[in-house]
Amino acid sequence: MCKVCGCGEGEVRIEAAGGVPSAEHDHTHGRGHRHDDDLHFGHGPAGVTVAGMDQGRLVRIEQDILAKNASFADENRAFLDGLGILALNLVSSPGAGKTTLLVETIKALNGKRPIAVIEGDQETSNDAERIRATGVAAVQINTGRGCHLDAHMVGHAFESLLLEPGALLFIENIGNLVCPAGFDLGEAHKVVILSVTEGDDKPIKYPDIFAAADLMLVSKLDLLPHTDFDLEGCIEKARRVNPRIETIVLSARSGEGMEAWLDWIMARQG
Amino acid sequence: MHELTIATSLVELASDHAARHGGGNVARIDVRLGALCGIGRSLYFCFEPAARGTRCAGATLAIEEVPLTVFCATCDAVKTPKALYNFRCPDCGRPTPKVVTGREMQLVSIELTKPAASAKRRRPRTSRDRNPI
Repeated sequence: MCKVCGCGEGEVRIEAAGGVPSAEHDHTHGRGHRHDDDLHFGHGPAGVTVAGMDQGRLVRIEQDILAKNASFADENRAFLDGLGILALNLVSSPGAGKTTLLVETIKALNGKRPIAVIEGDQETSNDAERIRATGVAAVQINTGRGCHLDAHMVGHAFESLLLEPGALLFIENIGNLVCPAGFDLGEAHKVVILSVTEGDDKPIKYPDIFAAADLMLVSKLDLLPHTDFDLEGCIEKARRVNPRIETIVLSARSGEGMEAWLDWIMARQG
Repeated sequence: MHELTIATSLVELASDHAARHGGGNVARIDVRLGALCGIGRSLYFCFEPAARGTRCAGATLAIEEVPLTVFCATCDAVKTPKALYNFRCPDCGRPTPKVVTGREMQLVSIELTKPAASAKRRRPRTSRDRNPI
């Protein structure tokens, strides 16, 4: 376990394409930790007076609790920007159809762009294998008991992926509508996927993730006639928690709406 | 469950600062949590196990909760929405996506158990230390 950043703690495993865990890294993280940055520690003792307290014992800090994740995410973003890579962080509950959508998206793009995929799951490399079957490189991150990907894990996954300039990088987060909302991975956009079999009130039941996303994909449109899902109501609820959110309704199985999704991606990749 | 991740980050951050300020233990941690940060008082439950075996073990955690306020461009004023995640101006009803307060998740300050002066003990020894005259 890394004593500096704690990485390797718990059960996180990053498996490269050959099924071989990535070599133990040297903890320079290529782009460097910032543990020695004086910016974090520049306030010095106190700076305020509290009655009955020795100034030397109270330390003003005023720092984001997830500052460490944020700094890893900044490094990831700078790395991706440098290569002109568009990274999308796909979030949804388990079973919303993220992997199926991803497979169909890769097929539809049909080699027009270099594509790489980072798959996050608690266990198994089933999803990465499904992606690799399309001919695209995929790295599987298993988080063990972890409920979300963080920027540090994703930064290490970059080491196992051959990322071509101008590529499209899909990061499929752990199936979870709660925890991934709070963790910036360095992506350009969070894309939340909600299937019509889940219920149209999910945006107000799990508002954090819909508030954090730039795009909502309503998936499994082909199943809509078999459900009571209120499509318009769902979109209205999503806009209530996030007035800026865009929406595309699609079915990876029937292909309906896929064109709009591909156009959305291409418009962002430039 | 990500509360534990956040609690662990908090404990690491506070412990790092304690190490920089004399190497003592942490008696109290003050944090500021916005209404939208996705974590609230549940941090209390995760803090104690996260702090076990660290400089923060046994420390008191104090949470200051920050309410949600948004800026309404139409009214040109800061408003408090009627409910969380109802980003509409309570007065004019227009969408108000610009959050002013409520996203905070900050470590504000720590109180150390020992005065920072104890750092002196960590000063490298000199020949004078070994051979007092």
